[in-house]
Amino acid sequence: MKFVGESVNRVDGIKKVTGSLKYVDDLKMSRMLYAAVKRSEYPHAKLLKVDITKAEKLPGVKAVITGKDVPNRVGLYLEDKTFLANDKVRYRGEAIAAVAAETHEIAQEAIKLIEVEYEELPAVTNALEGIKSDAPLVHPDLGDYKWGPIFFPEPGTNISNLYKIRKGDIDKGFAEAEHVVENQFFVPHIQHSPIENHSVIAQMDPEEALTIWSSCQSPFAVQKALSVAFGLPQNKIRVISPAVGGGFGGKAGTTLEGIVIPLAMRVKGRPVKLTYGREDEFINSFVRQGMHATIKTGINSDGKIVAVKNTFVWDGGAYTEYGVNIVRAGGYSSTGPYDIPNVWTDSVCVYTNHPVGGPYRGFGMSEIHFAIEQNMDILAEMLGITPIEVRRINGLRPGGSNATGQIVEVCGLQDCLEDVVDKLGWEREEKKPSSKPNIYIGRGISCGFKAPSMPNNVASSAIIRINEDGTCQLLVSAQDIGQGSDTTLTQIASEVLTIPPDKITIKTGDTDYTPYEWQTVASRITYCAGNAVVKACQDAKDQLFELAQIKLGVPKEKLILADEYIVAKGNENKKVPIKELALGLSMEDGSGIHGPIIGRGSFIPPDVKNTDKTTGQGEKPTAFWTYGCQGAEIEVDIETGKIKVKKVASSFDVGKIINPKLIEGQVEGGILQGLGSAILEELILENGIVKNPNFVDYKIPTADDMPEMIISFVENPEETGPFGARGVAEPCMVPTAPAIANALYDALGIRVNSLPITAEKVLKAIKEKQ
Amino acid sequence: MKHKINFILNNEEITHEVAANRTLLDVIREDFDLTGAKEGCGAGECGACTILVDRKPINACLMLAVEADGKEILTIEGLSVNNKLDQIQQAFIDHAALQCGYCTPGMIMSGKALLMDNPSPTEEEVKEAISGNLCRCTGYKKIVEAIMEVADKTNSAR
Ligand code: FES
Ligand code: FES
Repeated sequence: MKFVGESVNRVDGIKKVTGSLKYVDDLKMSRMLYAAVKRSEYPHAKLLKVDITKAEKLPGVKAVITGKDVPNRVGLYLEDKTFLANDKVRYRGEAIAAVAAETHEIAQEAIKLIEVEYEELPAVTNALEGIKSDAPLVHPDLGDYKWGPIFFPEPGTNISNLYKIRKGDIDKGFAEAEHVVENQFFVPHIQHSPIENHSVIAQMDPEEALTIWSSCQSPFAVQKALSVAFGLPQNKIRVISPAVGGGFGGKAGTTLEGIVIPLAMRVKGRPVKLTYGREDEFINSFVRQGMHATIKTGINSDGKIVAVKNTFVWDGGAYTEYGVNIVRAGGYSSTGPYDIPNVWTDSVCVYTNHPVGGPYRGFGMSEIHFAIEQNMDILAEMLGITPIEVRRINGLRPGGSNATGQIVEVCGLQDCLEDVVDKLGWEREEKKPSSKPNIYIGRGISCGFKAPSMPNNVASSAIIRINEDGTCQLLVSAQDIGQGSDTTLTQIASEVLTIPPDKITIKTGDTDYTPYEWQTVASRITYCAGNAVVKACQDAKDQLFELAQIKLGVPKEKLILADEYIVAKGNENKKVPIKELALGLSMEDGSGIHGPIIGRGSFIPPDVKNTDKTTGQGEKPTAFWTYGCQGAEIEVDIETGKIKVKKVASSFDVGKIINPKLIEGQVEGGILQGLGSAILEELILENGIVKNPNFVDYKIPTADDMPEMIISFVENPEETGPFGARGVAEPCMVPTAPAIANALYDALGIRVNSLPITAEKVLKAIKEKQ
Repeated sequence: MKHKINFILNNEEITHEVAANRTLLDVIREDFDLTGAKEGCGAGECGACTILVDRKPINACLMLAVEADGKEILTIEGLSVNNKLDQIQQAFIDHAALQCGYCTPGMIMSGKALLMDNPSPTEEEVKEAISGNLCRCTGYKKIVEAIMEVADKTNSAR
């Protein structure tokens, strides 16, 4: 292969290093208005009065809206939210009213003039309390909501989804197990913290057509949600995502667009802009859900796990339109990448009066693996085998079966495990103690896996146009949110058409012009959009061959593409440049046929089917699984309790590497994000109030935190993937935190069962051990 | 009340009127449409707004525009001269030291300031210099490598 597998430079490199790329907040339009939002002061309260009369009278204010103006409920999987609160507020920070004004300052001023009267209600601030039968109800009307058929809300409770796995015979499994242990873990809320805060501009023109510029991962998902919410036809809603300054899931689905649009509808012709500040970003964009895990395991003395019973209780926050699917993913992945015959899992999504949980890189996998992977080490120690050994014994192999009963055909988990063990040399070399008496060294390992958590039949498409000079325009709506899809999709097109990447211009994210893509989420773009690009290019190739066979007098089957030419196999002199056929074929008599070459490709992952409603069992519940392993070496200072991560080795089975340089960078970023969640990050919630909505009190990793990173890959091809590729964007952060937690145990014999593993928690655990 | 200030912005002499309470970041972004410097936090915590004032990196979100009077300001837009990328910009591309690109202008300016001050920094010094610039995407490794490459090139050219 000539282009796939090469470290091509990013196609968006120059515009990013020169600062010339315009992100949404960089856009300025004439006569633009600025929006501001009135937000709830209570986590749970009835809205008795929302009085906007004073705000409306403030000079410079052009529009004021309240929940009454946007009554339609929307949601990706469960329609449980309105863009502004109606009747009651369900988390502190929820939007109640919004203003559009001539300047940002006037908008802020107007917000202060909006008078709200509340009647405070008892709040649910802990998911474990929230599932009790006497808990206050966050959504008393849950039974009236609409939801997708693969979700199981329980009206009359705070449970918005109860996903079950029942595999084998759990009672028999435990009865026959030689040892049974139970462990509990907790993962707190964290924030995506992209450096770009959410930003949106909306403009409605006089013929009721709406244009939205949004820093969003999924223009078409936004278009659809807005169409439902505002009763506008989709052809009248144009969503443009010019650039995204980091997403990590936080810019998936629909967020602040729904607040700005009703304002724009009232001030036709004038663009209205809303950009979140950092505090808003922390509280009022999606957060990662908290999760309480209980894992009971039955294991035999030979190290084989025979039964596992998991209860995952997720703190979904005030609205779980998206969160219900994270909980489902946590359910169907609940064994981790292990082959266990008897499995019982309840994965429960619980409404609380906390900020809204949503997709976050890993989509539930980081949370469950923090529990599963520490549990594996606990089991290993109990039996006197190594953490590596327990994973060799139980880790999935081709032919094994996962929690859904699916027999996995391709599975490089064991290859990745051996790769990491080899790279770190742990089985060759004993750990050397530190020369400093206060420093202890620890080694920890963790496996991980993830599937794209998306509805079975989500679609992608791509268009490729060939220009007269042999260059191309590639059109997709997969968004480059930093992961490098503009570059890798270009490489894929290059490979099929033999046209080098610098001759292909990729355009994305404009629902008026670029073709449909469900969402840029779920580590699905290389696979799904990649497949659509392959198909589009093959379609173009097919058209070229149709014309070339006339031109060259060689049948289609005997033609190949080589270096931008259509060439007769075995007779290299018979050829025609692609560019010559770009606009069709000119015949000898001066007439022409066919016209411009436009390739089109559509893709839906093949054969993915629903699992059984009561048992969660199925043949092929996901498009693919990505497996991997990471090992961490840490230093712990027993005087300060501080952990310093010194080294992380990572290996993932990605099927086929499209761009070595970019995939390496992606994994490095994933490791740092995992490291942040391991030792630094927690959204501190007290009585429903976020206590640390800034980078001083909520620290994310800096260059100082960077460990040495050894990145490698395994390539067992994905049969249905483009050139064999599968996704890795999320999986690569999944094992990092548990590997660090396991390294802490290795260093000091202490286990911290909740994230983040702060110095305080380490010191406390050291004390308790003594 | 507005104040008249004179400063050099990306090699151009500027006279400009600003209100006393406006930040330099706001003024370069809004009045001059130099939007390379970003507002990630508005509170000096993320470094996305890093520009050079008299060759020193500063958080433009914390500096008042009136304080720019008499100063020389360099933003990412002024870094490439005659459309030719600065070495450090090219190094960022070559090393894939950027992903979403939102931290990139600030990161490059911090790196540039370091190299102007200390053309042959150690890796530790590079990390130190960019420790006020948050990046959520890259894991920093390739950024450090990119800056080190420029330093090494400068060293071997001597
Ligand atoms: S915007 Fe200036 S430091 Fe964050
Ligand atoms: S490249 Fe995205 S924040 Fe640094």
